[in-house]
Amino acid sequence: MFAKLTAGLDFHSKALVLRAERQRILASNIANADTPGYVARDFNFKETLGQMTQSSASQLSQASRGLGLQASVASTHPRHIDIAGTGGNSTLSGTGALAYGTQSQPSVDGNSVDLDRERASFVDNSVRYESTLRFINGQSKTLLSAIQGQ
Amino acid sequence: MSMFSIFNVSGSAVSAQSQRLNVVASNMANVDTVAGPDGQAYKARQVVFQTVPMGGEATNGVKVSGVTESNVPFKRIHDPNHPSADADGYVNYSNVNPVEEMVNMISASRSYQNNIEVMNTAKSLLLKTLQLGQ
Repeated sequence: MFAKLTAGLDFHSKALVLRAERQRILASNIANADTPGYVARDFNFKETLGQMTQSSASQLSQASRGLGLQASVASTHPRHIDIAGTGGNSTLSGTGALAYGTQSQPSVDGNSVDLDRERASFVDNSVRYESTLRFINGQSKTLLSAIQGQ
Repeated sequence: MSMFSIFNVSGSAVSAQSQRLNVVASNMANVDTVAGPDGQAYKARQVVFQTVPMGGEATNGVKVSGVTESNVPFKRIHDPNHPSADADGYVNYSNVNPVEEMVNMISASRSYQNNIEVMNTAKSLLLKTLQLGQ
């Protein structure tokens, strides 16, 4: 029962983490708008969130099978390289969905950042981040008032 | 890491762009320079940007990897009465192209503004996250 109580919160918190991740990637793109040879990065939010929520739903059943890998592969040296899909510090490494942006208006220096696109995505992402925050806030307030019963 | 690294990323971009603005200012100031301390006229300078990984898969900042000097021939003007004129009566002026420098300046200042805005947005989002549940 309590697991279901916070299921909605869990979904939104995953979305929030992904939004923060995307915000960071977009900030990198904007920072490198003038760097020769830089290729813009981004990911498909819908697909990645779908993968994240699916993996968490089936985590319990899969824990006994292959997913124990995440705990068993430990980096014991700072120069060890993370194996893709076994965690690490990036939440995206498990999905492997980081894509490269294409040049909308090709430039000689090989930079594929479209500043208009990136800025639009940045603003869009920050508004959605805020809306996710409000969802969490509202939901936790609802839960709290239900618990307190007044 | 969370969104805190946005400040590192955008901060590095802001400092790189301000270095570019500095170089532009130096070029503009030397548009009409005849000869520097080495006896040569001023050569226009350009910064070279490079991506720096800052932890995380797509978290990349910028740094200025070097400053290059332009090898465009100096502007030569025939003025035999000038104290710096050579044997043929020509004076070497710096090879700065003011139009290029102005364009460079506008581009640098726009990029600077963009990155400041990114930092402001990240800051307000983080502050709102701090107020979560209140």
